[in-house]
Amino acid sequence: MAILINQETRVIVQGITGKTGLFHTRECRAYGTRIVGGVTPGKGGIHVEGIPVFDTMEEAVRVTGGTVSMIFVPPPGAADAVLEACDAGVELVVCITEGVPVKDMVLARQVVADSKTLLIGPNCPGLITPGQCKIGIMPGYIHKPGKIGVVSRSGTLTYEAVKQLTDAGLGQSTCVGIGGDPIIGMKFIDVLERFNADPDTEGVLMIGEIGGSAEEEAAAWIQQNMKKPVAAFIAGVTAPPGKRMGHAGAIISGGKGRAEDKIAALTQCGVCVASSPTRMGVAMLEALGRA
Amino acid sequence: MNIHEYQAKEILNGYDVPVPRGRVAVTADQVERKAKMLGGRCVVKAQIYAGGRGKAGGVQVAYHPEQAHEIAKEMFGKRLVTPQTGPEGLKVRRILVEETVEVGREYYLSIALDRQSSRYCLIGSAAGGVNIEEVAASSPEKIHKLLIDPYTGLRSYQARKLAHALGLEGGVAEDCVQLILNLYRCCLDKDCSLIEINPLVVTKAGWLLALDAKINFDDNALFRHWEYHEMQDYSQMEPLEISAAKFDLAYIKLDGNIGCMVNGAGLAMATLDVLKEKGGEPANFLDVGGGATREKVAEAFRIILQDSDVKAVFVNIFGGIMRCDVIAQGIIEAASDSHCDLPIVVRMDGSQVAEGKALLEQSGLNVQCADFLGDGAEKIVTMLQQAATDAAQGQERG
Repeated sequence: MAILINQETRVIVQGITGKTGLFHTRECRAYGTRIVGGVTPGKGGIHVEGIPVFDTMEEAVRVTGGTVSMIFVPPPGAADAVLEACDAGVELVVCITEGVPVKDMVLARQVVADSKTLLIGPNCPGLITPGQCKIGIMPGYIHKPGKIGVVSRSGTLTYEAVKQLTDAGLGQSTCVGIGGDPIIGMKFIDVLERFNADPDTEGVLMIGEIGGSAEEEAAAWIQQNMKKPVAAFIAGVTAPPGKRMGHAGAIISGGKGRAEDKIAALTQCGVCVASSPTRMGVAMLEALGRA
Repeated sequence: MNIHEYQAKEILNGYDVPVPRGRVAVTADQVERKAKMLGGRCVVKAQIYAGGRGKAGGVQVAYHPEQAHEIAKEMFGKRLVTPQTGPEGLKVRRILVEETVEVGREYYLSIALDRQSSRYCLIGSAAGGVNIEEVAASSPEKIHKLLIDPYTGLRSYQARKLAHALGLEGGVAEDCVQLILNLYRCCLDKDCSLIEINPLVVTKAGWLLALDAKINFDDNALFRHWEYHEMQDYSQMEPLEISAAKFDLAYIKLDGNIGCMVNGAGLAMATLDVLKEKGGEPANFLDVGGGATREKVAEAFRIILQDSDVKAVFVNIFGGIMRCDVIAQGIIEAASDSHCDLPIVVRMDGSQVAEGKALLEQSGLNVQCADFLGDGAEKIVTMLQQAATDAAQGQERG
């Protein structure tokens, strides 16, 4: 069953005629994703790779019946693309674009939060339900259908984690890269909730990194609500306490954000934390009681 | 993006936020002249891209222009070490000379991003000054936070609520309301990720004044603020970090001797973690971006090799969609150009792995390939130790 997307999912690509958009449209389709349309303002009416292109999301949704959008629009227009997709009433928006201004996202995220649309990203690799549907830029071949949910703030570190799971014989139900920006749509808890409710997910691997307090919040939620085993890894244990942003960062986070704090919080809440990035697959096996 | 205090104050002054009279200077003679213009008595403030200057001697009062000259002479060319700079400190190249102020009370005021609520947040405290972080940790009830609704923006009543929470009354409270609203306007106009006034003071004469100011710009918004490029002070950055930034590479110099090139920040941090676990010491953090290209890989490699501390290089590219033979060509190109004979370990994953490996193995470089993260890290640590042993034996024989 998996979460959020499956083989039925109909996808519209915003920014389909750009170099990156077109490249990944091809990759996703080759994986089996049903790309039903694309949007590039000013290019409505043409077809790329046999896919109809529209000027607006409203038209694309009306004509194709697409329910999920994948965004490759460059940073100046990315937040606008999110708002447009939301206004067109899609169920899920996946914003791959890196470098979206924070001010734009603060408003766009609020609008999305007040609607029935879900947002993943920006600055994320996207999500994949192995063997069924890939919406994003991750390499499809490292994934294998199975019963482990993966949720991660990182991009390429997620690929490493997924490969270790696959190598350990653990397939994945759905892998969600929520993105590493300060302002993002779905957070760890939003994804964990869905894995918790998904009968096809047996356990979850969560990949975090230093900064912010999202992992600590997730840890508390897991302790209260999670019925399935969770393994985790936090990147940046050895990162030097480098460049800081004035006092406000420290005041807001109240001393959270260091890898030690996150690992302690997760361990306390019953999560099996991998001691090394080479042991993410092993940690998942341990959490499942199969090590 | 960071800017200096004097630049932040210029911006804030443009938004009717009162700041002390002051001028920036780049020589001790200039400092002396500016001090004379201010009437002799002045504050001499080192301009560096870090906080915590006061306790490190970066902020001093001069009672006459000659003394200002003396203080400035010592500050210029000195590396100021504060809790926020790291042990190597930052060079002082610019000094702000300001009028002295009769301080009545000190407050803390900032607008920052609150990740948890995904909103901008107005923060204030009546316990402003150099110990604000200790206050935040030991008595969080003394810190007042107000989240800003992105639809309505910051409203006067909220600013008033904060002003009263700080204990301000009457005319000063209303001045503070105006000041807070101006700060918010500045934050949005200028795409700031942080505006911090610490301390905001009420002078003995009863006026509000931003005695210190810090502004960070949102790096993602630089494309719509071309004026910011000229504000950057490159003397405050590592030379290699500057060249890396030109190619859109995230580079941070570290203390070890193993140069690292990785795609993606999370994987880059994890790679440093593994190297340390295996007994290696990374010389840098370098993220070539999630979808590294041949040009970027080559440039990243050149930057790593420019660091004379680097005695070995570990490349970890989990490309997936990227072709490994193309990455390998980038590495070979840069290593051959730089006549690099250092030990190199390359761990790649993606399409055309076998072709990529073959290219590296035939390149004539001192290179080994690895299939996994852990064994890659082990290999480079072993090769480095071997190289050190060989060098020692060579010396004995020589």
